[in-house]
Order: sequence, then C-alpha cells, then structure tokens
Amino acid sequence: MHAEEKLTYETWPAEPEKSTLEAKNKFLGFWFFLGGETVLFASLFATYLALKDKVPDSSHTLAKDLYDLPLTFVATMLLLTSSLTSVYAMYHMKNFNAKKMNIWLVLTLLLGLGFLGLEIYEFSHYVHEYHHTFTSSAFGSAFYTLVGFHGAHVAFGLLWITTLIVRNAKRGLDLYNAPKFYVASLYWHFIDVVWVFIFTVVYLMGMVG
Amino acid sequence: MANPQLNSGNPRVDIEYRRKKSAEEMRHQVVSFALMIFLTLIAFAAVAMKGFSAWFIVPFIILLAIVQVIFQLYYFMHMSHKGHEAPSLFLYSGVLVGAVTVLAFSTIIWW
Repeated sequence: MHAEEKLTYETWPAEPEKSTLEAKNKFLGFWFFLGGETVLFASLFATYLALKDKVPDSSHTLAKDLYDLPLTFVATMLLLTSSLTSVYAMYHMKNFNAKKMNIWLVLTLLLGLGFLGLEIYEFSHYVHEYHHTFTSSAFGSAFYTLVGFHGAHVAFGLLWITTLIVRNAKRGLDLYNAPKFYVASLYWHFIDVVWVFIFTVVYLMGMVG
Repeated sequence: MANPQLNSGNPRVDIEYRRKKSAEEMRHQVVSFALMIFLTLIAFAAVAMKGFSAWFIVPFIILLAIVQVIFQLYYFMHMSHKGHEAPSLFLYSGVLVGAVTVLAFSTIIWW
C-alpha cells in the first residue's frame, strides 16, 4: 500500500494512520514529541507551584480572590466536549467517510474557539480588574506562562486543523492525509490532558488556598 | 498489494466485523466521556462546597485528574490498542522526568 493509492470503502485499511512507512514514522515521531511536551508542561507546572501567590506586597490579588469557578467550569466543559467531537471525527476517518469527519472536525474547531475566547476574556478581566499582569509579580509571570502556553497550544491546534481541512477539502481521504488527521487529533487530546491538570492544579487548588 | 487486515478472503465479511469493532470502540469512548464529565463535576463540587479541609481536597482532586487523564490517554488517544509500546515508553519517560521536576520545585525549592 502506498500513500497516493486511490482507495475505496472496501480497501481502506483498519489502521490507516499506520499503513505506510511514512505514517508509521509520523505516528512514532509524534508520540516522541508528546513525551517532550509532557516535560515542558511539567516544568511550567513546577514553576507555577513554586511561585504561586509570591507577590511583592499586599496590594496584589492572590489566587483565591482571582479565580472564578463558573468560568473555569464552562471552559473545561467546552474543551472536554471538543475532545469527544474529535474522537467522532477519527471514527469517521476509520470508516472512510471524509465528509462526516470534516463536520466533526469543524465542531471541534468551534468548541476550541469558544474555549480560546473565554480564556482571552479571562486574561483581560484579570489585567483590567485586578492589575494582575505578566510583569506585576512572580505569581503573574508563572500563571500567564503556564496558562498562556496552553492557550497558545489551543490556538496552534485550531490553525493546524483548519489548514488540514482546507488543504484536503477536495482531496478526500487517502493514506497520505489520514495520518495527518490522526496525529492532529492526538495533539488535540493532549491539549485536553494538559487542561485537566491546569483546571485541577491552578484553578481548583487555587480556590482551596 | 493485498490489504493485510482483510484476511477471511471475503472483504464484505471483514468490513462488517470492522464496523462492529469500531462501533464497540465508540461505545467505550462515549462511556469514558461520561465518566470524565462525572469526575470533573465531582472535583468542581468538592471545591465549591468549601466544607472539606485542604489536606483532603488537594490529594482527592489530583487523584480524580489522574484517573481522568488515564481515560483520555487509553480510550481517546487509543493507548489501549496494540502497537503502543513505543508511545508508552516516550510518554512515561516524560511523566517520570516531569514528576521529579514538580516534586523538586514544590518540596526542595522554596523562597
């Protein structure tokens, strides 16, 4: 089986994401990248934990008074649901249904966009209402680096998936682009994995004190 | 070249089988999604109720987060499937280094 081969519903392999040598390499390389991302985010979490509430004087707002549970909850639900919609997209990819895959990917993008919108609102709220900025304290720097890095990953994922959809809109599915979609969905799930720790360690533990 | 997955000699039969398999997988994924939502709700509720001490809540919500991430990795990211030995090695190596970093920054280093 080679990448450009025209396949049908009957000849589509069970694991299109690993059916060519290029796909196998891509799959392995991407997981290697995710291992590295784990270390990257873990060190940002470690920095945040060490610098949480480290502010120069009492005029600065601390985590407990800063965070807003309902907002975080809505953002969490959006991102968690977008993880499920991308699972649906990969289900249709495996069934050789490019159209349905695209529909679910667009849904994923919309949910991701909603999440990003909430995060931008949240940051601007902190800056304007609490003067909690990147340079206001060590706490601010650590917070915006960790959560902002995750937000940047979401933004990158949105651009990536959009590009894949546009680029392959008329091409349909083949063994050249199926691994690309698969790897993008792995990336999207990984963003959700990181968010689970962010909402737990940053927001929920921040509220506990 | 013959498709390696079609091995009964009758492609229709194999497609039926595969469709059934992926429908079954989808069911597992929907169940894990429901569980993930449930775990998230418990974590938020535990913090919102304000009745528990931090010594109980912090380990409790971290445990919920770890369980939820395991669902995400093994069902949504297919790590429960065959052929994920190398991905597991990469990921767990990352987790090991990450855990040591977090441990060091939250216990040994202080200001």
